[in-house]
Amino acid sequence: MIPVKFDYLAPTSVEEALAALGEHGDEAKIMAGGQSLLPVLRMRLNAPEVVIDLGGIDSLRGIRDDGDAIVIGAMTTHHDVREHALVREHALLISKAVAEVADSQIRHRGTFGGALAHADPAGDLGAPALALGAQFVIAGPGGSRTVEADDFFVDLFETAIGEDEILTEVRIPKHTGWGAHYEKFVRVAHQWPIVAVAATVRGSIDEARVGLTNMGSTPLRARATEAALAGASATEDGVREASQLAAEGTNPPTDLNGASDYRKHLARVLTGRAVLKAAGA
Amino acid sequence: MKIELTVDGAAVSDDVEPRMLLVQYLREKLGKTGTVIGCDTSNCGACTVHLDGTSVKSCNVLAVQAGGRTVTTIEGLADTVEGDLHPVQESFRECHGLQCGFCTPGMIMQAVDLLKENPNPSEEEVRLGMEGNLCRCTGYHNIVKSVLHAAGGGAA
Repeated sequence: MIPVKFDYLAPTSVEEALAALGEHGDEAKIMAGGQSLLPVLRMRLNAPEVVIDLGGIDSLRGIRDDGDAIVIGAMTTHHDVREHALVREHALLISKAVAEVADSQIRHRGTFGGALAHADPAGDLGAPALALGAQFVIAGPGGSRTVEADDFFVDLFETAIGEDEILTEVRIPKHTGWGAHYEKFVRVAHQWPIVAVAATVRGSIDEARVGLTNMGSTPLRARATEAALAGASATEDGVREASQLAAEGTNPPTDLNGASDYRKHLARVLTGRAVLKAAGA
Repeated sequence: MKIELTVDGAAVSDDVEPRMLLVQYLREKLGKTGTVIGCDTSNCGACTVHLDGTSVKSCNVLAVQAGGRTVTTIEGLADTVEGDLHPVQESFRECHGLQCGFCTPGMIMQAVDLLKENPNPSEEEVRLGMEGNLCRCTGYHNIVKSVLHAAGGGAA
């Protein structure tokens, strides 16, 4: 299918993009890599009058070291994030999860910031970003502000980014030396996960962070599991009790891929696997 | 909207609607019907082309986004090497890496990209690297064989 007609704007700076957004308001849609937006437009699930393509803004691409954090530009492609040495060294969980996003062709175009701003609860990057305590830098007409991961994901496809704002970069606090694994459960290759678990651990196991994908309308932290893992041994017996707590407080959806109870079961099983692999066991 | 780009080695320019997809542009404006539309949902990978040397699904890129860039389709692939066919095309013929052939243009374009990044993939790496390309004949074994054969022959 072909999208409904729209006007296309390609600003070359964040200021220009913000001005365009201010002018066109809710008639406009921001396009990052377009890998989620273009299917939506083609299926005519949305019909913005103006598409503002951020692809021409070079300052939004790239990854840099910023002391206690690494900073990923919002328009950096999944492919570039996956390959980057800084990400592997300081945020291994991001490298592992981004490798599981869609497929090779989509990863060449899709962007780190675009996927997070899209906030699909089945998207692969929300749970690891949440688990690592990412900070989201958002530019608006009045300047930039930073939003903590806990406050960024608001609801289904909804984030703290305002209608007149643009996500510019994501700061990931360094987790140097932490083991990591993203355990994704799918029936069909390159699809969205039915459930996935993002786990990263220090030592085996001194400290753990666990994020859940598709266990509710936003990515979630399995905090009861995290607390129970501190001081646990990295063995099947050692992590069993903590894994059993993974679905605590969640309200996962029931759909064609599985019932809510089934997703809770998956979360417990996948958490055990993810934590053990993260700990290198 | 006016765009200028290079497609299979030739400079082209056109006035296109912003909503025109790259795959439509290639097929309908340039007549390059070697690139096919399989699913229209960005799942199947049949429309895979190279944009500035990297594989993309051309149903998921706007023609205007290709402005100023270089596109290589299955029709221009052989021109990028010596000989009549690209070594990956040769391998698909040699190993009979197709049944009905509809997914083949996309399979070959993705295989070339995969081998560029990983010249000596394992069978599992080939299967993972080709996961964005579907074969409705389920002829995957010979497709994987073709890619491994091309790697062994020093293709890409």
